[in-house]
Amino acid sequence: MYGLGMARGLLVTFKNMTKKPFTIQYPEERAKQHPRFRGEEFVWYEERCTGCASCAKYCPLGIIKIVTSPSNSAPKEGDKYKLELFDIELQRCMFCGLCVEACPYDCLFMGSGFEQGRYSREDMVIHVEDLRDSAKNPSTFFRPQLESSKYDPRGGRPLSWQEVGRENWRWHKREKAGMRLSSDDVGESPTS
Amino acid sequence: MNMRTEPMTVNVGPQHPSTHGVFRLRITFDGEEIVEVEPILGYLHRGSEKLAEERNYVQVVTLTDRLDYTSSMINNQAYCIAVEKLLDIEPPKRGKYLRTLVAELQRIASHLVAVGFFIQELGAFGTPLMYAFRSRERILDLFEMLCGARVTVSYMRPGGVFADTPEDFWPALSDFLEEFDEEFGEMEQLLLQNEILTSRTRGVSTLPADMAINCSVSGPVLRASGVNWDWRKMAPYDAYAEMEFDIPVGRSGDNYDRFWVRMQEIRQSVRIIEQCVERIESGPVRHADLPLVVRPEPGVEAYGRVEASKGELAFYLVSDGGVSPYRCKVRSPSLINLTVTEHLLVGWTLPDMIVSLGSVDINMGEVDR
Amino acid sequence: MNCQLDAASIFYENSLYRFMYEATGSFVPCWMSHLLAGLAIMLLLVNSVLLGAALVTWLERRILGRLHNRIGPNRWGPFGLLQPIADLAKLLTKEDLVPAGADKLVFTLVPFVMMLPLVLMTAVIPFSYNTMLADLNVGVLFILAVSSASTIGIFMAGWSSNNRYALFGAARSVAVLISYEVPVVVSLLGIVMITGSMSLNSIVQAQTIPFLLVQPLALFIFVTGMSAELNRTPFDIAEAESEIIAGYHTEYSGIKFALIFATETGAMLVVSAIIATLFLSGWNGPLENFLGWLWFLLKTLGIIFVFIWVRGTYPRLRLDQIMALSWKFLLPLSLINLAVTSIEVFVLKGVDGYLSTMDLWIMAGINIPLSIMLVLLLGGVLNKKVDASPVKAVAPVVPGVATIEVK
Repeated sequence: MYGLGMARGLLVTFKNMTKKPFTIQYPEERAKQHPRFRGEEFVWYEERCTGCASCAKYCPLGIIKIVTSPSNSAPKEGDKYKLELFDIELQRCMFCGLCVEACPYDCLFMGSGFEQGRYSREDMVIHVEDLRDSAKNPSTFFRPQLESSKYDPRGGRPLSWQEVGRENWRWHKREKAGMRLSSDDVGESPTS
Repeated sequence: MNMRTEPMTVNVGPQHPSTHGVFRLRITFDGEEIVEVEPILGYLHRGSEKLAEERNYVQVVTLTDRLDYTSSMINNQAYCIAVEKLLDIEPPKRGKYLRTLVAELQRIASHLVAVGFFIQELGAFGTPLMYAFRSRERILDLFEMLCGARVTVSYMRPGGVFADTPEDFWPALSDFLEEFDEEFGEMEQLLLQNEILTSRTRGVSTLPADMAINCSVSGPVLRASGVNWDWRKMAPYDAYAEMEFDIPVGRSGDNYDRFWVRMQEIRQSVRIIEQCVERIESGPVRHADLPLVVRPEPGVEAYGRVEASKGELAFYLVSDGGVSPYRCKVRSPSLINLTVTEHLLVGWTLPDMIVSLGSVDINMGEVDR
Repeated sequence: MNCQLDAASIFYENSLYRFMYEATGSFVPCWMSHLLAGLAIMLLLVNSVLLGAALVTWLERRILGRLHNRIGPNRWGPFGLLQPIADLAKLLTKEDLVPAGADKLVFTLVPFVMMLPLVLMTAVIPFSYNTMLADLNVGVLFILAVSSASTIGIFMAGWSSNNRYALFGAARSVAVLISYEVPVVVSLLGIVMITGSMSLNSIVQAQTIPFLLVQPLALFIFVTGMSAELNRTPFDIAEAESEIIAGYHTEYSGIKFALIFATETGAMLVVSAIIATLFLSGWNGPLENFLGWLWFLLKTLGIIFVFIWVRGTYPRLRLDQIMALSWKFLLPLSLINLAVTSIEVFVLKGVDGYLSTMDLWIMAGINIPLSIMLVLLLGGVLNKKVDASPVKAVAPVVPGVATIEVK
């Protein structure tokens, strides 16, 4: 029958009018954010970082700049470089998380915020002091050990370096210079 | 009485009132009828293929996200299949199932964009668009749960996917499937039998099957013209060989058929997702022996193709033994589907032009790379 | 009191007019007190139209938002009620451009010419018991004549813009407007025949049952026809569809555009008021001497909701389909309606020339099924016969693959 399709269309829109709106009114309400969200600020644990610059080498855009010098201040830990510069250019970052993926010591994590907008380009570069001082709410992206502890970056408290755990990836399974592993991780060589 | 008329040339400029990105058409009108069409491309060229030569094989995955930005997972899948052919490895079973699952979710999301904007161009003031995007929001939320980002996902790696699903993914997926069934049923009720829609789109801009094949179109455009060709059935990859689904085929290749094929493909994708949920087993999600930086043998080439939401998407990789591909060529479906632009538009009127272009569903990220 | 209104004057029923007339009549000559009284009332009416248009834009955005399952504007003021003020402030601060080579006088006159028929139409609408500006005894004719005059404004806009595409859009719009005048006029003749008079007040008083039931076909034709005249979806080719040909108001910016836009929305408001008067029995309802305005307002809002609902649901029709709808569908329907109504009125009219309520119910009983049948039968004219047979494929169509075929 002609016109019936149009009448059913009218019914559909009317039914939608009676449903609750789908809108989330930012900034009073926020959408639900999941723990693996790749946020804008980075969470860096200096105690674990050796200055290897794997993150800088793996970044597709080349926005991480690391300048190190040999350190005499940590002789007991072995070859740990002193970081003089650790700049991340947030304005060109695409938040792909490859730096987090590359870090062999699990010291770099993605953050969980998205409101890092600033008014000038100079403010959009994260320096090593900002990385040291910022509150550490790491996202569980590429860190399954953190995810299994059911940590929620948005609601949870900041975590210190002992609490974020280590991933049992095969090439972490021996003691690296200066990094203390828990006893059950020590074992095979990475080529097994 | 013979009136002297004069054809006028108009630029439907790079900034479009309707979407599809920065696409420029130079059209010559005679009255209201289109006489000549000249598409001019290149406004979104970012040099992806050249950039891929400077990045290693895993970093290129982030580049492939941004080709067809409405269907990132499928781009990743095509690229990873090509690299796996280069390295001659296969992902583990769970990895294949997960890839199929997210690829079908992404196909639904991409078709929702296509259908929503198609109706928007017909003039429905965005009501079906809002419904389509409401469903797409749920899919993007699932992606965020899975890999941390909604649109530029970079979920797949050569050898599988990079991480297993979190625990709350499966209940969220079944909630989504339930709600989506209802919402999509509403959309079908609103659109498929609407007389205004059928009277405006049936019989308009028909594309016969032989012309479609000669112009090497692929994807829903080809299937709407009556050719039942789908790479998921012809050359199955990932877990598609074990999935049961049908291929919707149109009859005359007009606008309504292209729209109808996409709506039906969404339904079939839901079927595939349900089968994936049933059949998936636990296990590793990524091939175990890959180093962080992969180096294929020098001199090998590989052509990895998938059935993307817009057609046949393929990557042709040539390796020289280094950490980056020597050449990465993208066979983008939208660019090849644009071959039929002239056939679709010439002879039809202005209001039909916008709609016909929308029904082909191009994405400029893919066309210009 | 120097000046007294004649009992036969069309302004006699209007107590406000009479009051103003006699109050000012004590210190100014009579002709000037006519002027002052009329001015006072027109001030009320013009302001009500403009304010009403602003409120209707707010209402439209909120209702369209809810149809889309989202909230409309809600940031400015409670529930976003100050949103039209924000829009107006933005439009006021824009540059007032007159394109080079445009006809300046005509270009500037267009908003006034478009607003004028609209405000004139409010002069004859009965808002409540004894509340209308002028109880013209040719009210319906006045409304139809004045609403056609708005066509000139659209063409003036298109012509004076010195823009090929604006002229094109305006010409299309004028074609649509002229085509839809005929069915609209013919459909109202049935009501005039039943009532026996063209005065809007007597039409309201004659509606012991609403004419919605007695003349459903006329309602359908009138609503569809006025939708097209107001350039609302699904007939809005003149304004929204032509993406490169942006319609007759392309070159307008700032306050001129605000006035044109207010005219379009205000026209929808006034037409809804007219539909409520003619078909939904206007201000009739319980306690009509005191609450007549309330019933009128509710009925008008109901019709406005129907317009917005239709806008939110349907895509646009193409120009040739709009013309086909008017000439091949609505015009025969309206002629059939006229014929059937005149036969019914002739047969059922009593000795004193009036139709009783029972007669109206009989007419309703005949008309409603008849109109449903006619709409369904003639509706097929919109569908062009499309050759939907399968096109023969040349290349191998792959066998053995499960397919679904389009219907």
